[in-house]
Amino acid sequence: MSLATAIARAAGRLSRLSGRGGTSLPGKVLLRLQPDAIARLGGRLPQGAAVLSATNGKTTTAAMVAAILERRGTRLVHNRAGANMAGGVATALLDARGRRDLGLFEVDEFWLAGVVDQLRPRALLLANLFRDQLDRYGELETIADRWAGVVDAAAGRGTRLVLNADDPLVADLGRDVAADQVTFFGVEDASLALPGLQHAADSKHCRRCGAPYVYDAVLLGHLGHYRCPTGDAARPAPAVVARDVTLNGVRDAAFTLAAPEGERRVALPLPGLYNVYNALAAAALARVLGASLDDVAAGLEAVAPAFGRAETVRIGGRPMTLLLIKNPAGANEVLRTLLLEAGEHDLFAVLNDNTADGRDVSWIWDADFELLAGRVRRATCSGTRAEELAVRLKYAGVPTDRIHVEPELERGLDAAAAAGDGPLYALPTYTAMLALRDVLARRGVARSSWAGGA
Amino acid sequence: MPALRVCALYPDVMNIYADRGNLLVLERRCAWRGIGFELSGAGFGDRVDPDAHDLFYIGGGQDRDQELCAADLVATKRDALAAAAEAGKVVLGICGGYQLLGHAYELGDREIRGLGLVDLRTVRDPGPRLIGNVAIEVDLDGGPRVLAGFENHAGRTLLGPGEQPLGRVLSGHGNDGRSGTEGVRRGTVIGTYLHGPLLPKNAWFADWLIRTATGLDELAPLDDALEDAAHRSARRAAGR
Repeated sequence: MSLATAIARAAGRLSRLSGRGGTSLPGKVLLRLQPDAIARLGGRLPQGAAVLSATNGKTTTAAMVAAILERRGTRLVHNRAGANMAGGVATALLDARGRRDLGLFEVDEFWLAGVVDQLRPRALLLANLFRDQLDRYGELETIADRWAGVVDAAAGRGTRLVLNADDPLVADLGRDVAADQVTFFGVEDASLALPGLQHAADSKHCRRCGAPYVYDAVLLGHLGHYRCPTGDAARPAPAVVARDVTLNGVRDAAFTLAAPEGERRVALPLPGLYNVYNALAAAALARVLGASLDDVAAGLEAVAPAFGRAETVRIGGRPMTLLLIKNPAGANEVLRTLLLEAGEHDLFAVLNDNTADGRDVSWIWDADFELLAGRVRRATCSGTRAEELAVRLKYAGVPTDRIHVEPELERGLDAAAAAGDGPLYALPTYTAMLALRDVLARRGVARSSWAGGA
Repeated sequence: MPALRVCALYPDVMNIYADRGNLLVLERRCAWRGIGFELSGAGFGDRVDPDAHDLFYIGGGQDRDQELCAADLVATKRDALAAAAEAGKVVLGICGGYQLLGHAYELGDREIRGLGLVDLRTVRDPGPRLIGNVAIEVDLDGGPRVLAGFENHAGRTLLGPGEQPLGRVLSGHGNDGRSGTEGVRRGTVIGTYLHGPLLPKNAWFADWLIRTATGLDELAPLDDALEDAAHRSARRAAGR
């Protein structure tokens, strides 16, 4: 063990002793002492590494890939708690004990270039790009440009690429990559098509010529079956496909997974089309890493939700389902999934504006809360910007006598739980979800060591 | 029935900071009072009729989109918008839309020409983007009021001599991070960096726009308990 690793591990122990978690601190210390630590530690993994990034679904997709690969006994180094900047990746490598075969890392959109450059992964999955936290990430085009550089460099080094055919911005990244080096995945079930692009849809224009894409089917945000009218771009034919998708409210989903080697019906224990996309991405990456279709299907059926992603706990005698919302595209999918449940709903919606949430809360006006407006029995709004969320719901069409504001999280939780019975749906932003986790853990409702990430 | 007729310019692309929230607030606050509301959009190549609308709205967009819009504005809409401003119609530009109201946006070796409705220029500064919660004091008529919102811009906007800002920065960066001024106001032409979006956090300003654009002297009061709380919350976020 080098001196640098020893110091970094000691820093992690100190941080944990002081009750501050420490999921990325040791790695940050290590990178300060040894800027190439990720390359050095990653280079020791006999099967190399796989990296994935996306705006939405990183933690869940990585958990699915892990569930698949671990079926055959592959020992992973995996930042499963979702600490996904360079410090988090370095910490996962530092904390790995005993023999490890393969690295599996979710990486923040913005940190992707640096981490990929050091890790030189065998495979790189890029799953989607949505408008997210403009104050932190900047414009979508800027991220896409950075990713194009990452893809060019990685492809030149022989990295296998796994790309979402249905996301025009992501699919375009593979346009110039050799066909045998890239795997596209996509959903082929036109019965799921939306009537048109949602308001928050972003990459509506061809990245090559600027003409608006023509959509034969819009499936999720700007994901769908599209083509450029001038012929510059069209959705690539995906090799890994989801067909015959069934969505069962906030509970689960099922789909037929089709790949060149065969088909399997998959009963996914997670809800919503967004999780079908996550499963499809995980399946495509796992195949590239050598998993069989049987292991893929079995792993997907065994995956447990990450905390806050459709997790159900009991509070005040009622089931409360936690559905993380953090940007317009993700929130829209949660709202759409909620709509599949019959009747009027009790909501506990928590809007924070801490750094990890994005200081700018304008995104709630891009999310389509109008979808749910006629189906709200009671909305309890909490968080640092509870009042703004209440105004959003009012202008979406929720009657004001059904909107209640209680900024303090725990009081809000109790008020929401005490008012009414039956299912309660919690819609927290990221730091609100972490705070809620702590409250629930303190009350013995939830495990204290949930794997939470973004 | 009185009506507010709004023309949103490039609503498909100049909408990056939830500009639809601003339009929604205008619509609902008109509807709750029995004031008609018409919303039309004008995209690339579309001509606009200065007499057919009471309020013209330009939001913010990604850099590439803003540049495309600038060229189209100058080519197909400048004269109409100048005539509208001359006739006392409200022209509201927010963030990128604010920059486009001025003469130009200078990007080092090249410049994007704007509408020139007001005397200002925006320059790209090598310094950091100006990002954060912001509160400004404005005096539109009848005394000082506060507008609160969020700003996120790389450009520094410099007002020409004699041009009045929309307000004075109470906290945040404002036009250029130095002058203590924010936005621009020349009569009914208003530009500001405040988004977040602006009007849900500042219902009083939405009503000012409705009054000014429709010519109605008085608006029926609404129950603004939630809006007032959101305004206070946005001010708290900005430390004011």
